[in-house]
Amino acid sequence: MTFRNLRSAVYPLVGIAIILVVWQLYTQILGINRIVLPSPVDILRASISNWEVLLRESWPTFLESVLGFALAVAIGIPFAVCVANSRVLNLTLYPILIATQSIPKVAVAPIILVWFGLGMQSKLVIAFLVAFFPIVVDTAAGMRATPVGLLELARSLRASPLQVFLKVQFPAALPFIFAGAKVAVTLAVIGAVIGEFIGSVGGLGNLLLTANSQLDSPLAWAALVWLSGLGILLFVAVVITERVVMPWSEAGHH
Amino acid sequence: MRLDFCRIRPSSLDRKLKINTDAQIATQGRAASVPFGHFKDVHQSFNRPGQAPLVAIEKITFDLKAGHLVTLLGPSGCGKTTFLKIVGGLIPASGGTIQINGCDVAEPHPDFGVVFQQANLMPWRSILDNVLFPMEILRRLDAAAKLRAKELLTLVGLEGFEHAYPSQLSGGMQQRAALCRALIHKPRLLLMDEPFGALDELTRMEMQDLLLDIRDKTGATVLFVTHSISEAVYISDIVAVFSKRPAVIADYIEVNLAYPRSAEIRYSAKFTSLEHRASRALGITR
Repeated sequence: MTFRNLRSAVYPLVGIAIILVVWQLYTQILGINRIVLPSPVDILRASISNWEVLLRESWPTFLESVLGFALAVAIGIPFAVCVANSRVLNLTLYPILIATQSIPKVAVAPIILVWFGLGMQSKLVIAFLVAFFPIVVDTAAGMRATPVGLLELARSLRASPLQVFLKVQFPAALPFIFAGAKVAVTLAVIGAVIGEFIGSVGGLGNLLLTANSQLDSPLAWAALVWLSGLGILLFVAVVITERVVMPWSEAGHH
Repeated sequence: MRLDFCRIRPSSLDRKLKINTDAQIATQGRAASVPFGHFKDVHQSFNRPGQAPLVAIEKITFDLKAGHLVTLLGPSGCGKTTFLKIVGGLIPASGGTIQINGCDVAEPHPDFGVVFQQANLMPWRSILDNVLFPMEILRRLDAAAKLRAKELLTLVGLEGFEHAYPSQLSGGMQQRAALCRALIHKPRLLLMDEPFGALDELTRMEMQDLLLDIRDKTGATVLFVTHSISEAVYISDIVAVFSKRPAVIADYIEVNLAYPRSAEIRYSAKFTSLEHRASRALGITR
């Protein structure tokens, strides 16, 4: 178990190390201008010397992503449950959902900024919009994928619809819900950054744009690295939650 | 003992008359002649769009004595599982009379326990919680239920696995747990749909002995679907052989072998001749 964990950590780290070394050598040997492509060492230096700024600007982006994601979960799961269990709602709402999903969120972002302003709310709404879809689709799929045998068992005991939902349907859908949540949480970060790009007064996306406009590429790249770190952090948080909520999914693999 | 068994549902007039006569007999003297289960002219057909209805069951009539273990033996797709589901109230019959304890069966009853071919355990529940699932649904989850669950798990040889998850158990162990779950609410009728069909031969024989042991201890009446001739003969009081679809009873074999039965019996002349009779009824041998 620990050996496997160790191995699963070592492989990607070695992969990243190789890329970094090649990158470093490439920029050094060919003398690439750091405005065009800063070396990993440049980025690390910028990251360290600007850590206070980076940390400060991470906070709003973090909040926007997490709150947008939380809102998508809070609204998306009940929405999917209703859609999956009601034919009328399914027929009414699902096509609308698909239609709205096909609108690029970047295109909607300026309108949302008009509605919600330059502050955090507009980013939160965009993060919510991009995270909503995978949560709904996967939860609805999970609600429909309840094993027939379990439904039959519940029916043989004359379980009430509420009992069937709480004790059979919902727990059976959890793996699907978490699959959706993992996609949604990384999308939420992207949503927040899109919002910051369109118009903002803070956040890592804002910092990235500012640094770029001042030709401070190492700082822009540093902001990028921090953004990626933020995405990984949130992803890992969802994975840990999944393991806590569904301990049985780990139990079988030994 | 349990009066709620006889919650008579409104049905067609002739059915009502039937209920009355049977109920009268039952109240009069609890005569041993009153069958626990009574199935008469049970018919099932499914409507198919643009085609003639598919007749799954032509006509099935037999009685089920209390405490008996009756197997429904037949080729796959012959309607025996459908018949079992009709008895369990999971699907309504197209016609005929289905009575348990003198009452029409129109919907599932908590006095039934069901075991399917797949164990159907919930992967998110521990073995103990899986066994207790019916008690939760019936709102009878208490200390006594937990005690009984542990006793049942011990009976089937699963002590020490109460807190394991189903994915950590072998197929045979999962099916044992499913058996405990079917028995937890002390059903008087156990409906088993090819419960050992997915198990290997050795596990299967073990499970057959276990079932007989459990039947002995609980006194439950069992209706058991299988397509294995030797399994049917080994465990049953009665083997009802179903014909190919549309199903009728091809033969009704009383297995006059004394319980408790052991593996030795499988090699006796009597056993072989019963197997032969069943295979003749199935049209395999002449």
